[in-house]
Amino acid sequence: MHELSICQSMLKQVCDVARQYHAPHVHSVRIQLGPLSGIEADLLKQVFPIASSGTLADGAELLIQTMPVRVLCKHCNAAFDVQINQLGCPVCGDTHTQLVSGDEMILDSVQLAGHH
Amino acid sequence: MCDSCGCNVTPGNLHLVKPDGKLAKTREGFSAVKILKSLLNENDQQALHNRQHFDQHQVLAINLMSSPGSGKTALLEATIDALKDEFKIAVIEGDLETENDAERIRQRGVTAIQITTGSACHLDAHMVHDALHHLDLAPLQLLFIENVGNLVCPASFDLGHHLNVVLLSTAEGDDKPAKYPVMFRAADLVLISKSDLLPLLDDFDPRCAEDYLRRLASDAPLFGLSAKNKQGMPQWLNWLREKIQQHRQGLQQDKTLAASIQPDAGQLDKPAHKQIPNPD
Repeated sequence: MHELSICQSMLKQVCDVARQYHAPHVHSVRIQLGPLSGIEADLLKQVFPIASSGTLADGAELLIQTMPVRVLCKHCNAAFDVQINQLGCPVCGDTHTQLVSGDEMILDSVQLAGHH
Repeated sequence: MCDSCGCNVTPGNLHLVKPDGKLAKTREGFSAVKILKSLLNENDQQALHNRQHFDQHQVLAINLMSSPGSGKTALLEATIDALKDEFKIAVIEGDLETENDAERIRQRGVTAIQITTGSACHLDAHMVHDALHHLDLAPLQLLFIENVGNLVCPASFDLGHHLNVVLLSTAEGDDKPAKYPVMFRAADLVLISKSDLLPLLDDFDPRCAEDYLRRLASDAPLFGLSAKNKQGMPQWLNWLREKIQQHRQGLQQDKTLAASIQPDAGQLDKPAHKQIPNPD
């Protein structure tokens, strides 16, 4: 269960931004998660209220955008949505694909309340 | 349009979403601040710092990951015995509790720093940095970081190391790469450990393990080895020698090695997105 450490690290960044903008509190936090990031969205959602308790992000909403697992096949010159453990090309079978989406763990944006 | 993450912030429209920009305030009156940094930005910065330390002293750092009990410490013991006259080696040991593994390593005559994580299921860059305070890097050429036995959590944390080596023992299932794709995708080398047990374990097929690994679009080499009967050890030792040399040659051209753990799709190398817009 590393989601708690990741959540704490994320909240530190979020609260730093809130302080930087002199915001009294954080309204919502938007993140992008790919299944290959190794972070479970449900677990992160569960620990978020606990980890944010007493911080500027207390009561904030965590908005998670789940990114698709998508690979680019250089042979077929096309991108395909694939299974997390089947990252080869579903058409020609080539396994030298490039991951173009699916391992994101990105803090996208924060919405700050009461900012002047 | 940013190709990495599909967001619509470009240097051309960044001013619109900055605080006080036209699009910064939502209908409800909240201000949106675009960040686009890794959730583990703090860890990644520390990892970068650790890697600079290693590079400055020309130390190749290897992160050893696997399930508990797949033979990481036994492999290190055999490796130290084989290479200690050739390279100056040290080990950072990560465990939830006990100094047992560090003691085993010290008995082979090399320095071992034990990190006990308590309840934490992985090492992070800060823990490794703290351990580095107790370790003199100057005389070293090779540093092993034995991560906490766990095929899930350690995969997400850059420690500042150069290469990931993942062990899969023959007593486990050969479909582990399909079950733990995040971990095995991060591997620069996969070792099928305890290969001396293969004749007894007819349900483990190394070819299946390799097939599952290739399905993760991984080109990482994979081979079997036994720390007990030394089968496969020469190939492992040669891989280490080659990587030590490659790292040194790279440093001469100001290049370092970075493990496969760094994300592909989620990479945040677009300078326009790297900085938080400064408050006006």
